[in-house]
Amino acid sequence: MDLLEYQGKQLFARHGIPVPSGVPARTVADAVAAAGTVGFPCVVKAQVKIGGRGKAGGIKVAQNGAELEEHAGAILGMDIKGFTVGEVWIEAASQIAAEYYASIIFDRSAKAPLVMFSMQGGMDIEAVAQETPELLATLHVDPLIGFQDFHGRRLAYAAGVPGDQVRPVGAFLARLYDVFVGEEAMLVEVNPLIVSGGEVEPSPFGPMYALDAKVTLDDNALFRHPENAELRDPSAEDPEEQMAHERGLTYVKLDGDIGILGNGAGLVMSTLDVVAHFGGAPANFLDAGGGSKAEAITSAVEVILANASVKAVLFNIFGGITRCDEVANGLIAAFAQLKDRIAVPFVVRLDGTNDVEGRRILAEAALPNVHTARTMNEAAERVVALAKEGPAA
Amino acid sequence: MSVIVDKQTRLCVSGITGREGSFHALNNQRYGTQLVAGVTPGKEGQDVEGTPVFNTFHRAVEETGANTAMVFVPPRFAADSILEAEDAGIATIIAITEGIPAHDELRVYNHLARNPDVRLIGPNCPGVLSPGKANVGIIPAAFFKEGNVGVVSRSGTLTYQIGNELAQQGFGNSSIVGIGGDPVPGSSFVDIIALFEADPETELIVMSGEIGGSAEEEAAEYIGAYVTKPVVGYIAGFTAPPGKTMGHAGAIVSGSAGGAEAKAAALEAQGVRVGRTPTEVSEIAMEILGR
Repeated sequence: MDLLEYQGKQLFARHGIPVPSGVPARTVADAVAAAGTVGFPCVVKAQVKIGGRGKAGGIKVAQNGAELEEHAGAILGMDIKGFTVGEVWIEAASQIAAEYYASIIFDRSAKAPLVMFSMQGGMDIEAVAQETPELLATLHVDPLIGFQDFHGRRLAYAAGVPGDQVRPVGAFLARLYDVFVGEEAMLVEVNPLIVSGGEVEPSPFGPMYALDAKVTLDDNALFRHPENAELRDPSAEDPEEQMAHERGLTYVKLDGDIGILGNGAGLVMSTLDVVAHFGGAPANFLDAGGGSKAEAITSAVEVILANASVKAVLFNIFGGITRCDEVANGLIAAFAQLKDRIAVPFVVRLDGTNDVEGRRILAEAALPNVHTARTMNEAAERVVALAKEGPAA
Repeated sequence: MSVIVDKQTRLCVSGITGREGSFHALNNQRYGTQLVAGVTPGKEGQDVEGTPVFNTFHRAVEETGANTAMVFVPPRFAADSILEAEDAGIATIIAITEGIPAHDELRVYNHLARNPDVRLIGPNCPGVLSPGKANVGIIPAAFFKEGNVGVVSRSGTLTYQIGNELAQQGFGNSSIVGIGGDPVPGSSFVDIIALFEADPETELIVMSGEIGGSAEEEAAEYIGAYVTKPVVGYIAGFTAPPGKTMGHAGAIVSGSAGGAEAKAAALEAQGVRVGRTPTEVSEIAMEILGR
């Protein structure tokens, strides 16, 4: 789960990492009130889960109330790379002497957290990593011993930090590691990490604080962090994805017109590929999961058909834990419940546990416009042909 | 021969008194796997259709000589169960549980890495089947027979699909190993391919990967350097849009790295033929083994 910038900063603050003071706002009126607390000059920052906000015009400095109203009005509702801005963060403006970069990612390949630090923070960190990698210090930390002081010193010296900043940089990275482990994050990133040009209160971090926060949390660990689980914003999700999420299905909406249901992520991905191989365009990825029961199938059909672009639906089931007779009964129940809303053809391929029984149940039910296929390839070819013939649902 | 599980496997199941745990433990036993014990804290003295239940893995090992663990407990208890099995001296640990927190997996992996005698398969995997010998996990064994093709895969149902395509061409399997789709699998493609390379019964290796991570690229390098047996590849996720998570925590594409094209290209550069559909995989296997 990705956090918004200000949610990430609130998380940082809980772990003692210095961040500028600020207030979130969903309306221009709230933004004006927020500026009353924060003071001028202040910064209006679009809260969206995508990078490149600054370049898109989603971050503006306001010197006074009139500017604030203007910027908040322009930014709220703005579209940034497909994300609509529903919230802004009003933050005290910073005096910036230098912009550094710090991050920790969950490095799957090395099986260890990877800590990165550079004195060349700001908008072009990716170019720094590409063109002058020697300016980006990197280090893996053994998760069984955690982040030690020497890790901080090595990174700071490798990045060329001035002598008086070595300890503050180490202290900052140690706290960031606390956030990474304590909150069970997959990514924590601070870009820029600011060296203040103004007065700051004395702290172990010297003049440094986090001007941005990018945090991705591990969904599987949210049960241990109920306060973080509450940060999920269902209204920001696609309506069909939200509906699927509520029903415990894994659903990703795509651009095509063939609805896909399968069991198991790998098989569903493979089904999308095979449909594309035969010239079709999948409308979604839907994994009904292992042990798909009848109710799950009914829910899944509802989710797939909620997408108006769908012209035909493919069921591709290879039963392991999932039993094909359950899937057949689920499909029959779905047709009984949704009959007026099902206007598109279905192609069903059942293989694996109880497949003979599943096919027999389907044949006896003789559902309208439901076709069966014996193999994955045959099913894909059939559904592609049907989608080309038919009108949208 | 076969890899990881066989006639010598003495299985102890944690979570054996749960509904899913008992169902699959007994299923494995019916297949011929030696099911010797179960572990559920507080239930020592009970039995599951004749299989004794112990409070700890240590007791189970002492009393029954269990050498293989299957972990079937809910995600929040799974890391603890894996570590307990290792501490009790069990050498082969197969974790079926899906949804274990990533940081738990990281600690488990790094701890187990210090013990050269232990092997973890999974988590979030369907287990290991050595047809005719033993089945530990949830792979539907009825679809597979003994033979000379070793299969290693990140996905469960896709493994069945590919295995079934091979079976329809007349192939059997030495072993079928599901390594799981999580960010930190206990065993990688490289680990399992090395076992198949050393297994005299295995004549062809099929590896089925998917988008995300770099395990397929690492396997490609290893194959190029060390593997003499023919390898056929498959990668799921050619049409997955970048940046979307497709259900497996591992299957996240970032940029072009970890994408299906890059993985297929890395394998092909080392002489591995990559089928674009599961059917094509079995056709290539047919050409190589020529029957």
